[in-house]
Amino acid sequence: MSVRRVMGTEVEYGISVQGMPTANPMVASSQVVNAYASATVRARRARWDFEEESPLRDARGFDMSRQVADPTQLTDEDLGLANVILTNGARLYVDHAHPEYSTPEVVTPLDIVRWDKAGEQVMLDAARLAQNLPGNPSIVLYKNNTDNKGASYGAHENYLMRRSTPFADIVRHLTPFFVSRQVITGAGRVGKGQDGREHGYQISQRADFFEVEVGLETTLKRPIINTRDEPHADPEKYRRLHVIIGDANLSEISTYLKIGTTALVLAMIEDRFIAEDLTVDTPVASLRAVSHDPTLRQTVTLADGRKLTGVQLQMEYLDLARKYVEDRLGADADEQTLDVLARWEDVLDRLERDPMSLADQLDWVAKLKLLEQYRSRDGLAWDDAKLQLIDYQYSDIRPEKGLYHRLVGAGRIQRLLTDADVEHAMTMPPEQTRAYFRGRCLEKYADHVAAASWDSVIFDLPGRESLQRVPTMDPLRGSRAHVGDLIDACDTAESLVAALSR
Amino acid sequence: MAQEQKQPRKSGEEQDATEVAPESDVAERKESLDDDVDAILDEIDDVLESNAEDFVKSFIQKGGQ
Repeated sequence: MSVRRVMGTEVEYGISVQGMPTANPMVASSQVVNAYASATVRARRARWDFEEESPLRDARGFDMSRQVADPTQLTDEDLGLANVILTNGARLYVDHAHPEYSTPEVVTPLDIVRWDKAGEQVMLDAARLAQNLPGNPSIVLYKNNTDNKGASYGAHENYLMRRSTPFADIVRHLTPFFVSRQVITGAGRVGKGQDGREHGYQISQRADFFEVEVGLETTLKRPIINTRDEPHADPEKYRRLHVIIGDANLSEISTYLKIGTTALVLAMIEDRFIAEDLTVDTPVASLRAVSHDPTLRQTVTLADGRKLTGVQLQMEYLDLARKYVEDRLGADADEQTLDVLARWEDVLDRLERDPMSLADQLDWVAKLKLLEQYRSRDGLAWDDAKLQLIDYQYSDIRPEKGLYHRLVGAGRIQRLLTDADVEHAMTMPPEQTRAYFRGRCLEKYADHVAAASWDSVIFDLPGRESLQRVPTMDPLRGSRAHVGDLIDACDTAESLVAALSR
Repeated sequence: MAQEQKQPRKSGEEQDATEVAPESDVAERKESLDDDVDAILDEIDDVLESNAEDFVKSFIQKGGQ
C-alpha cells in the first residue's frame, strides 16, 4: 500500500584499463573484485552458495584454494568465481565481463539509494586497491549502460511481489509506466541507435537496446518486461519481479524516484487498484521515441486513441497513486510514501513547465545542461568527440574525475544522503531484512562462514564434519529485531548455530 | 541555455524609463549567470580527459545484461 517492499538493485559497471584498451575486461573485473575481497574480507573468504536448495551433505567440500589464488594466475575457467559477500549483506562479483554489485535486500526507496551509493564507493575502493596488484593496472569504472558502440550492460531492479498477482496484470499496467518513467529516471545519452550511428542527445541510456515487450532474455532481444522468476523466497507466496529496463543513475534523487514510483505502481497492481487501461500502442517504438525527444513533446498513442506525452502518461500514474494512497492509507501514510508522491508531482510539473530547472535533480537534465553549455561556449556539433567524452565521463565514479561528482562538489546537484551515510552502508547491513543476519554473520563469524547466498548462510564449525546450513527463505526474517540480540549474545559461530537449532 | 539567459535582456530593452533600476539588476544577473557557467566549465575543463577522440575510440565494452 506504500513504497515499502522488499527490493534491491544490481549494477554492472563499465570498465577500462587506462593505457590498455585491449585489456581483457574479465581479467580486469576479477582483479577489481578480488582486490576488494583480499583487502576487506577477513580470514577465510566465504563464497557464494550456488547450491541453494541442496541439503547439508551436498554443500560439503569446497575447494577454497581457488578463491585465494592470485588473480593473475586465474584462468578463464576460474574467473567466474570472483564472487564475494560483504558485511553489508551485498554481493560483489563478476558478471558478463563487468564487475557487478548487488545491494542487500532493503524495504524503502531511500535505503536503495543508500546501499546503491555504497556500492559505488565499494567499486571505487576496489579499483584503487587493484592498482596495488602486479603490473599496477589502472582500472577505471563507469556507472553507465553503454559504450555507444553497440554494447549495453544493465542496472537491474528487483521487487518482491505476491505470487497471487496475475503476471498479465503486471505486464498490462507496468509496460506504459516503463515506456514513460524514463522522463524522470533517464541517465541521458549522447548518440542514438544501439551503436550510436545517429548523432544527438536522448533521455535514456538503455531505451535503444529494448526489442521486445515481454521475455526471459536479458542480454539479447531485451524485453521491456523481463519474466525471470527466481524469488529467492518461498515461490508459493512470492515472485521476484526482475526489472532490466532502467538506467544506472548517479543522481540520488533519480534513483529514489525510480524505485519509489515503481514500488507505488506495483502496490496498485497487487491491490488491483488500476481500473484504467493505459495500454500504449507499439511499446518498443514508443519507448525509443520518448527517449529520442529531450524536448518532451513526443506523444505516444494509447489503445483508447488518446495521444499523451511521456510526462502526461506519468501524470496518469501519479493521479492514480495519489488516490490509491489516500484511499488505502489516508492520514496513516508513511513519510517516505508521501515524500515520493510530493517529489513525483513536483518533478512532473517542472518537466512540463521548465525541464532545465531539474538540472540539480535528474541525471539526464544535469548532463544535458552541461552538454548545452559546452555546445554554446565552444560551438560544438553533436558529433563532436568532446560531447561523447562528457557523456562517458559523467559516469566515471572517481570523485576527482567524474563529472557527476564535480557537479555535486560545486553544489550543483542535490543529494538525499551525506558521505557519512554512504560510508556507513559500505560495511553495515540494513536492519529490516535477512541481509542483517547475513551481514552480521560475515562480520562476526567470518572464520566459520563457508558460503552464503540470498537465502542461506552456511557455517563450517570446528569439530563438525558436515557444514551447517541456516536457511533464510523469508526475506523479512533475520532482521535486527529477530536476531540482533542473539548475535550480540553469541561470541562464537558454534553458539549461534546451537541457539538457532534449539 | 544561451536562449534562457538572453531573454531577460530582451525584456529589459522593452522596459520604460521608470524601470531603470530593474534593468540594471537584470544585466547584473545575466553577468553573474555567465560567470557561473564559465566557472563550472573551467572546472570541468580541468578534469576532462585530454584527448577526446582517442578516449572515445578506446572506450569499448563487452555487452552485459
